[in-house]
Amino acid sequence: MLEPISIDIAGLNLQALLPMAILTIGALALICVDLAVKGLNRSFLTMITILFIVLDFGAVIGYKGDVRGFFDVLLIDGISLIAQVIILVASALFLPLSMSHRHFREFKMAEFYALFMFMIVGFQCMVTSDNLILIFIGLETSSLALYTLIALHNRAKAFEAAIKYFTMGALAAGFYGMSALIFYALTGSVEIHQIEQVLQERHFEPLVGVLAATIFMVAALGFKLSLVPSHTWTPDVYEGSSAPLAGYMSIVPKIAGFVVAMRLFEMLVASGVVWLEYVLYAAVVLTMTLANITALVQEDVKRMLAFSSISHAGSMMAAILIGTTQANTALFVYWIFFLFTNLGAFTMLWIVRHRENLWDERYQHPYTKFSGLVKIMPMTATIMGIFMFALAGMPPFSVFWGKLYLISAAINSDYIWLAVVIALNSAVAVYYYMKLVVYMFLHEPVTIDARLYATNASTSLKVIVGFAAIVTIFSIAFVEPLLQVITHYVASSGF
Amino acid sequence: MEHILSLLVFFPAMAGLLGFLVVKESIRAYGICVSAIEFVLSLILWMVFDTSNPGYQFVEFFPFVPSYGMNYYLGVDGISLFLIILSTFITMIALIGLSIEKEIKNLVITVLFLEMTMVGVFVILDVVWFYAFWELSLIPMLYIIGAWGSANRMYAAIKFFLYTFSGSVLMLVGILYMGYLYHDATGIWSFALPDWYALQVPFDAQLWLFGAFFVGFAIKVPMFPFHTWLPYAHGQAPTIGSVILAAVLLKMGSYGFVRFSLPLFPDASVYFLIPVAIICIIMVIYAAMIAYAQEDMKQVIAYSSISHMGIVILGTFAMNGEGITGSIFLMLSHGIVSGALFMLVGVIYDRRHTKMMKDFGGLASVMPNFATIYGIMLMASVGLPLTVGFVGEFLSLAGFYRINWVMTLLAGTGIILGAVYMLVLYKKSFFGEVVHVENKTLKDLNAKELSALIPLVALVAILGIYPKPILTTIDASVEKMLVLMDQKALQDKTKELLMKANTIGGNH
Repeated sequence: MLEPISIDIAGLNLQALLPMAILTIGALALICVDLAVKGLNRSFLTMITILFIVLDFGAVIGYKGDVRGFFDVLLIDGISLIAQVIILVASALFLPLSMSHRHFREFKMAEFYALFMFMIVGFQCMVTSDNLILIFIGLETSSLALYTLIALHNRAKAFEAAIKYFTMGALAAGFYGMSALIFYALTGSVEIHQIEQVLQERHFEPLVGVLAATIFMVAALGFKLSLVPSHTWTPDVYEGSSAPLAGYMSIVPKIAGFVVAMRLFEMLVASGVVWLEYVLYAAVVLTMTLANITALVQEDVKRMLAFSSISHAGSMMAAILIGTTQANTALFVYWIFFLFTNLGAFTMLWIVRHRENLWDERYQHPYTKFSGLVKIMPMTATIMGIFMFALAGMPPFSVFWGKLYLISAAINSDYIWLAVVIALNSAVAVYYYMKLVVYMFLHEPVTIDARLYATNASTSLKVIVGFAAIVTIFSIAFVEPLLQVITHYVASSGF
Repeated sequence: MEHILSLLVFFPAMAGLLGFLVVKESIRAYGICVSAIEFVLSLILWMVFDTSNPGYQFVEFFPFVPSYGMNYYLGVDGISLFLIILSTFITMIALIGLSIEKEIKNLVITVLFLEMTMVGVFVILDVVWFYAFWELSLIPMLYIIGAWGSANRMYAAIKFFLYTFSGSVLMLVGILYMGYLYHDATGIWSFALPDWYALQVPFDAQLWLFGAFFVGFAIKVPMFPFHTWLPYAHGQAPTIGSVILAAVLLKMGSYGFVRFSLPLFPDASVYFLIPVAIICIIMVIYAAMIAYAQEDMKQVIAYSSISHMGIVILGTFAMNGEGITGSIFLMLSHGIVSGALFMLVGVIYDRRHTKMMKDFGGLASVMPNFATIYGIMLMASVGLPLTVGFVGEFLSLAGFYRINWVMTLLAGTGIILGAVYMLVLYKKSFFGEVVHVENKTLKDLNAKELSALIPLVALVAILGIYPKPILTTIDASVEKMLVLMDQKALQDKTKELLMKANTIGGNH
């Protein structure tokens, strides 16, 4: 006979659900409003969504409750708070890009914004749980919403991108399911901390089972984080999506994936099962190096940025491999700076978007498009140049400080060769970033019509670019506060 | 006077930003004024500089990222003082002699930003910020070579950038490893150079760290076999780019050796002394031989730069007062002389649009003033006594003589070879009959060019005859550094060599 279950409502810590609840209610409300009122303007939809994100943000930073909540499946620790803040800030900054000068069909539909909010809820579930099932639900919610958002762009390339992403994502979901299943079979639990406990008591026996589960998990998360060799979808999907969404995809799903990877892999790397460290080491080095080398030969700026974001994800995995508090802090600092710089770079692509492919039959943003831009639009070219040098890790711009702290973390944990590989990779990376700068500053312009480059510019886009540029240039002022806050939160959650 | 160093670093950058608002027609005058003010500021720095104090002066300290030991830390001593003045002086001269019309506004603003990074490299005492200025100096130069250079400019600019950047990322790993060692030893994070000076680095770590820093500095100097970017960059760069590149940017590398490699890693420096000296001798002789084989006037001077930088590095690794002081003085004199020579090549290139020696001949009769100044600079470059080039070369070689006389002798042949290729250049271009009709109507130096070149000629003579005020100031700081090296040395071999290098037969 089953024991009667009695639950104290206070013990559920429902407050922990509040951030996700706000956006879910927001999304449902938006759908209802759209049913009642036809033809709502995109400015209304954008701002209402941002307001819900702001409310959510307030709920996240104002959270003062237990670490555990809702039948103990929620885990609101330091890293989940930081990750949620990053997710929400990035979402709020990418959303105003919908208000471009030209009108796009997807931004007129309330469904876009509702799906966008559901997607954020999914990401939040991923980072605030150490329950493999809830993580899976979050992963699928966000992914399914994201596939649809890509397809809403309504171009042949966008459909191709959405289907490609969907197929790959389905495969990854399968791998994830297999891995969770094996972990459950081995330990009788789907909670990461209990899995860890049981495995440690048994000294990670049977090794074959742990091996299989880990390999499936590496494959599943590898797809999400676009690690080599499961990175092939990334450039095509970025190319097919609109620039704001591509930029968003290079930041937010990855930070959610990193948090999951951090929770899982650091437990496994710390287990002393040597081969896992080798597997991760190889994945990190290959991801950084191969993505960089492939980026060298790209002819399209958006594809170049796609490969470069794979390479940046590789350096982030290096942080997870190292696994010290300093490395995990470096991961978040790096990603916050990367957020602003990449936001700027993709927004610039959005601004210079033109209806037709005037410069190349195949690509929307070939390098030749930017020839001599400094002579046509000096300010645009200078800002884009700063974003490129910042992404390349030139001091004193944003990403450099993240990279500096990451290399330092590698050295402090005796991963000297890893540090050298990261450093050499940034020397390779500077070449393809510089290629765009060379086109902009040193080549002669192909056209002198400045209007061709500003067909999509609007005030809200310019504000976002200005904001990103200011953060990128004056990033040094944020290093100290960021380091202190993030180190505190990371250390307090035991990473 | 409290914040004179910050002012020196950021004044050109502020002026550069404001320069966006100045109209194109006045921008050249604006650039000259700004660089003149900056030069006067650096002279004021020299006037108020206390020559009896060998330590850092006008120190500014502001903890920027205290939890990770990164500070805004400025200071100047005898070693860096004159390199700062050289940077501001050469920038001013280069702007006065500027003859480019195309996109001049962008050019002047870029040069002003470049000036910030150059002064920054020499005054900064925090190593992470040093790295930041070091890297930032590449971007303006990339733009100057790539946008205003000749036909193959983009290739040259990218090659320059990639070479130097790749070298310096390894240096970054070295810097962070050094920070880790400091943290390991003391429990606090610090990237301040004076703090690092106090740390004794284990011998094995010294070898690796020396290597990491060496790659960064050697590419910048440039040392054989990393020198291949330099002739290309010079060949394609506009005159102002070549002048600043040869006069100041190369000195960043040799300054790095004096400031970082020697005092931080004394044992490794001694351990690698002979290999480095061999590279220097190869640079001196090999580059001189290539210079002889060139037909392009600018290439001759570019290769002669490599040859002279060989002697600079040799003097630095002499590990004694004469050698190091001499090598720093040689950096200054090479800055003045090579800057002037590149500017003279620019003068003739503006008139004839060729740099080939075969297109000239008999210029002495057509352009007497030009030929005279060219001759003086040539003599200074060769190292004729009583010119500025002699002092530094003599002291560097005299310093290294105590380490190894055979090698000194070999390096000394560089002076003879230098005389050969320079005099051949002079003979081919300036003497003989005027064979080409176009050359008969060439105009002599105009007022603008004279006002840029005469100060350089004056310096060549004055510093050649009376270098003492500069030498004593440099020497005080160098002696302090040598004492530090001796105190820090871990191995007996190092102490013995320092003793041998600094004494004659056991006596000071």
